Formats: sequence, C-alpha cells, structure tokens
Amino acid sequence: MSKTISIAVHHLTRVEGHGNIVVDVKSGKIEKCEWQVPEAPRFFEAMVRGRHYTEVARITSRICGICSVGHTLASLKATEAALGITISEQTVKLRELLKHAENFDSHVLHVYFLAAPDLLGAPSVFPLVATHGPVVARALRLKRLGHECGSLIGGRTTHPTKAVPGGFSSLPTVKELEELKAKMLASVPDLEETLKTVKALAGAIPAFDRPTEYIGLHAKNCYALYDGDIQSVLPNGDKKLYPVADYRKVTNEYMTAASTAKFTKNRMESYAAGALARFNNNFEQLLPEAKQAAASLGLKGICTNPYMNTVAQVVEIVQSFHESLAIVDEFINKGIRDEPLAKPTKFGKGAGATEVPRGILFHEYEYDKDGMCLGGNCIIPTNQNHANIQKDFEALVPQLLKDDADEKKMELRLEMLVRAYDPCISCSTHFLDVKFIR
Amino acid sequence: MMAKPKVAFFDFTCCEGCQIEFTNYGDAAFLELLKHVDVVEFREAMSEKTKDPIDIAFIEGSFSREADRPRLEDIRKRAKIVIAYGQCATTGGVNALKNHTKDYKQFVYQKDAAMPHLDSQKAVGVDQAIKVDYYAWGCPVNKYEVLQIVSHLLHGKEPVIPNYPVCVECKRRETICRYDVGDYCLGQTARAGCGAPCPADGIPCEACRGFVDQPNQDALVKVLSKRAGMPWGWAEGKSRMFTANQRGDAA
Repeated sequence: MSKTISIAVHHLTRVEGHGNIVVDVKSGKIEKCEWQVPEAPRFFEAMVRGRHYTEVARITSRICGICSVGHTLASLKATEAALGITISEQTVKLRELLKHAENFDSHVLHVYFLAAPDLLGAPSVFPLVATHGPVVARALRLKRLGHECGSLIGGRTTHPTKAVPGGFSSLPTVKELEELKAKMLASVPDLEETLKTVKALAGAIPAFDRPTEYIGLHAKNCYALYDGDIQSVLPNGDKKLYPVADYRKVTNEYMTAASTAKFTKNRMESYAAGALARFNNNFEQLLPEAKQAAASLGLKGICTNPYMNTVAQVVEIVQSFHESLAIVDEFINKGIRDEPLAKPTKFGKGAGATEVPRGILFHEYEYDKDGMCLGGNCIIPTNQNHANIQKDFEALVPQLLKDDADEKKMELRLEMLVRAYDPCISCSTHFLDVKFIR
Repeated sequence: MMAKPKVAFFDFTCCEGCQIEFTNYGDAAFLELLKHVDVVEFREAMSEKTKDPIDIAFIEGSFSREADRPRLEDIRKRAKIVIAYGQCATTGGVNALKNHTKDYKQFVYQKDAAMPHLDSQKAVGVDQAIKVDYYAWGCPVNKYEVLQIVSHLLHGKEPVIPNYPVCVECKRRETICRYDVGDYCLGQTARAGCGAPCPADGIPCEACRGFVDQPNQDALVKVLSKRAGMPWGWAEGKSRMFTANQRGDAA
C-alpha cells in the first residue's frame, strides 16, 4: 500500500458545535488520525459560583440549546439532592413527560435533518424540500409536535422556564393535555411513515463493528430516561451498577491537547453514551411498540456498530411517543393537582443524573447555608463519547485503507461516524472539522 | 421588496439553541419562509458552504476569543445586513457571567488551564468586533419576532424592536406582579418583546433579552433589596446573569 491521504475537515457540518477530523496517511502508513474539539470553552462550572439555588438550572440550561431540557432536569436533580428537596409523584411524572418530549424532538431533528441527508446523498435537508417534499414536511410536523409537548410542560423547549427546584411554577390543564393528545394521535401516521422511510434507507448505514463499553441509566421498572442508577454493560453482556453519587468513579475525566473538551473512560479504554448505549443496557425493557420497531429495523442488543445509534434513536422516538401518550392519558384520567413547590431541608452537596438525547448527563453542586452555589461540575454525554469516537477512528481508518477506500469515501465515512453520535459539542464545549490531505 | 435574499447562519461561543428555534416553526411556516429566502449556509444543519456575497447574515454566539475576529470580519465583508442573533451575540449573554472573575480557567480545567487552546477572553457581543445592523434579542430568540424582522427586511421596512420594559407586557396581559406575590423580578428594566411569558407562568423575569436602553440600575438594586427582601450582595450581583455587559461596572 503506497496510498497517501490527507483529510482535514475543519468545523464539521450538521452537528451541534465545532469539531475537526484530521487524517494523514503517508505511503499507506497512518501518521495522524484525530478527532479534535476546538469549541470555544465557556466555563459554566465557574459561572454558577455565587448564584442562588433558584438560578442555577436557569444558567446551566444554557450549556446546550438542543438538550436544555435535560440540562435543566439534571441540574434540578443535583440541586434537590444537595438541598434535601423531595419532589412529588406528580412532579416526577411531568418531568418524565418533559424528558420524553425532548428525546422525541431531538431525535427527530437528528434522524431527519442531520443524518438522513447522508443516506440520501444530499448535502442537507434544504435540497430535499424539492426532491423529497413530503418527507421534509413530515419531519417539520414531528419536530413541531415534540416542541409543542415540551413547551406545554416546560414553558418552552429551548431553556425551559416552568421546571424549577421543588416542582413546576405552573401546570398544564387537563384541557391542554386533551388537545395535546389529539395532536399526538393525529401524528401516528407520520410516525409509521418514519419507520418505513428509515427502513428503506437502513441499507445505506455502513457496516462497522467495534465492541466497546456502553453506559446509561438503568431503572427497575422502565426503560430509564429521567431517572435511575448508572449502569455499564460490556460487549459480552457483563453489567455493573453504580449509584449516581459515585459518578466520578465512572467518568474519570482527563484532558488531551487536541481538544477543549474533557475525555472520559471507565472499564475499557473508552465508552459510549447515547441511544445505542441505552438500548444495549435496557433493550429488554422497551415497550412492545418500540421492540417491534427495533426488530423491523434490524437492531438487536448488544449492537456494536456505532453507526446504528441513529437507528436506536428511531426506536426511542417510538418509545418516547408511547410513553408520553400513556402519561398524558394518566393525567387526563386522574386530573392535575395544584401543588406548592417542595422546600429545601438542608444545604450541602449533591449530584443528579438524567439521560439526554446524546447520553447520560451528570450535574453536581455544593451550596452554602444561604443557598448560594459554591461550585459545580457538569459531565456531558458528548464528552463521554469523544474518546470513543477517537478509538472508532483508530479502528475504522485502517479498515477503510484495507478496503481501498478513496479520500472522499473515507472522509464521508468519518463524518457520518461522528454524526451518528449526534454530538453536541457546545455542550462538551463544541465540535470538530475533518481534513484529508493527499 | 428585496428579491429572494441569500441568508446564512454562523455560530460562535454559544449553545446554538437560537438556531434550533429556527426548526420549530412547523411545516407550514417553515416551508413558506423558504419560498422567500434562500438559505445558503447553516453549518449546524447543512454541509453547503459559500464564499459568495450574502444578503442577510445571522450571527449566533459571543465574541470570546481573539482568534474568532478574522471569521467575523470575513462575514461582515460578505454580508449586506448583519443580524446579531440571540443574546450571546447581542450582549455576550450568559457567557459574560464569568467576565468579572479571573480564576474561571483554573476552576474548570485546573492543572490543564494553561493549555493554549483553552484561551478565552471576556465574552462580549459581536458588535465589539464588527458593525451590527440589527439585534434579535433573547435567550433564546423569540422565533416569531425573528420572522417579523425578516419580513420587514424583505419589504424594505425597518424592523420594530421594543425598547420598553417587560412590565408593559405583563400589564397588557393582566399578569399579577411578582412583587405582589412576594417574589422578585427584573421586568422593570428588562427589554420587552417576548410577551412576558415567565411572570405569567409564576417565575420572575430574568432579563434574558437584556436591559432596555438606559436602565435605572441603582433603582433596580434598591427594589430587589427593599421590596423583594433580597440580601444586598445578591441584589447587587443579580443583573450579572444575562446582562453582565450592560451593567454600569462592565469593563
């Protein structure tokens, strides 16, 4: 092999935030193969210092515009753990609904707007308006549905307002929930068509397996999203549980020179978080509708092809839709109670975790006796995926070289791989570009 | 009326949530909008890029590193109209909350803080680097106000952006004042245009669209402390959250 390849993708497109891909192959020898994160660092952990506990989630929500619901919830959980605030069952249910709305909303965005253009050979969703008009219209309708559901519960979906420490500042009415239910039921055909579209495109998803560790929340009674313990599953099915308070023992953050984001590792040299990691941990707990979707799309646990994360997101779209419908129904039947916000009972340190669309998210804060924040720590899913993306690169590039892939194909495959993780680089700090040099 | 203008989105230091708002219009409004504008660059959603002139450039995010200046200058050179899109771009937004501290790098990155790529300066609005023609305030932007700005520009009209406080909008929708229920609020100095949803939902306005021009900041601190009973230190630092660069003491 005497191939020389130079890939330098600067500020990769169709991902949230800024990332670069750099591959340098000289005479068939890989000299450089890097996933770099040049996002401007933002220092949120330092910014919450000196802020009152009622302000902290409003600030840390701003870490990410796509998963601001998840950041709000992880932040509230950490604050509530630190302050000994016990929330009501109704609040838990409403937060679950809000979480499902975000998962649905964000996955629709990724599957249709960010990932699908690669499978259809288009540079973005915009040219698809002319060639695949009904599909784009369907995507926009589904995106809007997730947005409306989330806005009803959270006030808005980008930086929700109503979810506050101890509960909700304002509650939806049964009438509003009935209207939401009608909109959801009217969307069932769009959901069915989504499965058909993805099934038709699934053949274009690259084959590539690299067994790794998968980490996500695990709950006893449901497919975990809002709450649970931390669970790791290895490719051989070996599972290990950790309490959320011990999250640092799982994440083990470290810095590298190529990246403004921190990297993580646990039982193997890297691990994955996100829809595929959740699926691999908890696929037996999916609702029958979601199990059926997984079967029809050929997704089986434990799946070690990172490109299949997009398919796992489609399965979760179905899961979150039906879970949401069940919660909405429950409230329509039981009604909504006016509840005062639960109050702090102590001031100290606490951690919270929730699953955001891109994977498990940790927040931790400490408060003084006046409820002012002394400092925080946030470990974002995309950070947890950076090392895994790097290891995927190191396995994929030699394989592509062996298959005699040209520069263009290699670049596309690497870009698609990064996109499959649906990275949220502003979160992790921001994303990377890929460069090929021949 | 402007012929189908070429529109592009660019992002700097931010969460990109304002760009996401662009996807929340639903099918009818979004597809209608695309009949009137030609989106030529939007890195978060498309791989297409352009080096050609642009009619309207939406810039999201703060100017927080000197290294970003040439990119901003290039956008300015190519764009007829530059819109600072969202609070990070208009005033520095929440990113400016670190501006009054000196140890933020050490606090977050500890022993690695000296790595050159972690360089960061004070976060400010993009108008500190280039000329900005219009401001779409808000964290996030009000997506309907954005449609209105675009529509005005298409028709050759000056966009009308409120320069009165959020209190006006609360009165208009008959929301009970947060102070009357024992809470605090920044609505008296905050720029309206959002429709005041937060007080109506039982929470204070945090001025996420920034201050009106010439806010009475001394009176704000006094009202927070005297009327809402906020400890002086908290009341004094309250406006750092979304309006740090609009404070009298902003460097």
